[in-house]
Amino acid sequence: MSRADRIAALIAAAGACEGPLLPVLHAVQAEFGCIDREAEALIADALNLSRAEVHGVASFYHDFRAEADPRPEVQLCRAEACQARGCEALVPAAEAAAAGRVRLTTVYCLGLCSVGPNARIGDTLHARLDEAALVRLIETA
Amino acid sequence: MTTVRLSDDALAIACGADAVADAFAAAGCAVERVSSWGMHWLEPLVEIAGLGFGPVAPADVPAILHGASDKAIGPIAEHPFIARQQRLTFARAGRTRPLSLEDYAVTGGWAGLTRARALAPGDVIGQVIQSGLRGRGGAGFPTGVKWKTVAEAPGSRKYVVCNADEGDSGTFADRMLMEGDPFAVIEGMAIAAHAVGAQRGYIYVRSEYPHAIAKLNRALEICAPIIAPCRIEVRVGAGAYICGEETAMLASIEGRRGEVRAKPPLPAISGLFGCPTAINNVLTLTALPHIMAEGGAEEYARLGIDRSRGTKPIQLAGNIRHGGLYETAFGITLRELIHEIGGGTASGRPVRAVQVGGPLGAYIPPAQFDLPFDYEAFAAADALIGHGGVVVFDDTADMRAQARFAMAFCAAESCGKCTPCRLGAVRGVELIDRIAASARLPDPVGALAQMHNAPKVARTRDQDLALLDDLCETMRFGSLCALGGFTHYPVQSALKHWPEDFA
Repeated sequence: MSRADRIAALIAAAGACEGPLLPVLHAVQAEFGCIDREAEALIADALNLSRAEVHGVASFYHDFRAEADPRPEVQLCRAEACQARGCEALVPAAEAAAAGRVRLTTVYCLGLCSVGPNARIGDTLHARLDEAALVRLIETA
Repeated sequence: MTTVRLSDDALAIACGADAVADAFAAAGCAVERVSSWGMHWLEPLVEIAGLGFGPVAPADVPAILHGASDKAIGPIAEHPFIARQQRLTFARAGRTRPLSLEDYAVTGGWAGLTRARALAPGDVIGQVIQSGLRGRGGAGFPTGVKWKTVAEAPGSRKYVVCNADEGDSGTFADRMLMEGDPFAVIEGMAIAAHAVGAQRGYIYVRSEYPHAIAKLNRALEICAPIIAPCRIEVRVGAGAYICGEETAMLASIEGRRGEVRAKPPLPAISGLFGCPTAINNVLTLTALPHIMAEGGAEEYARLGIDRSRGTKPIQLAGNIRHGGLYETAFGITLRELIHEIGGGTASGRPVRAVQVGGPLGAYIPPAQFDLPFDYEAFAAADALIGHGGVVVFDDTADMRAQARFAMAFCAAESCGKCTPCRLGAVRGVELIDRIAASARLPDPVGALAQMHNAPKVARTRDQDLALLDDLCETMRFGSLCALGGFTHYPVQSALKHWPEDFA
């Protein structure tokens, strides 16, 4: 199946609802790791929108990316509750451990605010991190 | 065979509950995964015949099974943290399996919906008004009044939307309910749909909550025949904090940029797809099954103080020894919450500040810890309750850095629709950086050729501080929604109570 066919199938599966654009964008992002120009054009065509409208929406939300990044991603929560539990002190060591091999990103709140510092890799959450535990997570990501 | 109960809540899993469950199963026990009791410092918390053990690691399993564990905390339900609470919304926390219809029904599930459906919609709204329930998401608007507007709005197509975009740091009550008691959230929505005459409902959940999304989807599959003809669907956010604002949320569900719009028209009149829409927070909706059960509205109205009726699930978070979910009637003081219940800071150092109500909430100094939890009392003290998150900071906190973060957060999450928020937050960060660096350089914006009226000499610190205050006021009164409009709370409270950090 070609990439365009695959995107068409995702649109057909996720787009059969009221207000289908976000579910479709999630499906494409999950499958390809990004929503690129080709995908935007196909989605726009299928949903009867302009490509500008699709691009406007895809670029608005933090979860959608214009280019795929093959590196593993580690999200570190750096919101107030984790700050109060010392997450900022872990950042230099985390950045050193990531060293370009891992995409270390900031997330504002994973909802585990009483047991921070916290991180997320895929759908797996990690709590009560100290420097050694976070570095280990990043190195094995 | 010994039956072991432990939570399958995201927080318990993040703390290692799955490995503990596997260890008990390997030791020949029957493992039952239930919701979380909300005593987060004890997670993974294990319950065997009513007795609790926590926090448990797989290595503790043999000692627990031989009755010789130093992790024993005695009967869980009698633990002071639990026994002092008045749990109505969280009545099932720790006690039921989240996706068991049987557990839900034997603990009073669906009684509220059954009774509500036996009543006329107008009578349901009357009961909700009588209970005094106000929106638990933060704004505190009377729920029954909002519903009345939706019910009376013309239109054959109406919607119910559950705001589960719990983006505030320090809050997790919505997440715990969606993961621990999903049928209660759904029952509340079905009651709301009956009251306002809606056929369809959406639950807008943030993408940072994968466990909650999975639980809700599964729960909706299981109970679809019970809530029929009402149909409810989960919609997943995409990492935008602003989509917790109701008009941005509606735009997002419709498939547009999550931009805020001016009100009126109120969503109650013209909401999702232009139809009358009742938007309520998870906590508000989950309070409904109890209120609609026989005698529930009267009991609810008896609890609380002044115009804040019923109970409030408070979330103790940040640098606190005993963090977790504490539901109690309105009126409890911050001092009780932080020192008596929370046990002070986790680091053992003195408390310096507490932020109540998420990233847009004020920082409150220990001198004000006698403030009772009450919408109006907090408003009078230039603070807000918001969603009930309490984030504790010890004396190592740098309040200037916290004020800067408030501005930086607003800049990162602004939808860009209105100027005070979009530009003001960026300027706020620059200004605080200038104050921090003690730089007496001309303002780079003021130095631009087109800024004819700007003074060309460097501002003094006092002038910079006055400018910051002025900027806060501009954002407060000029922003379209609470993101820009409330950022002054953390910034100005930090300036007011900890001026030494800006010196």
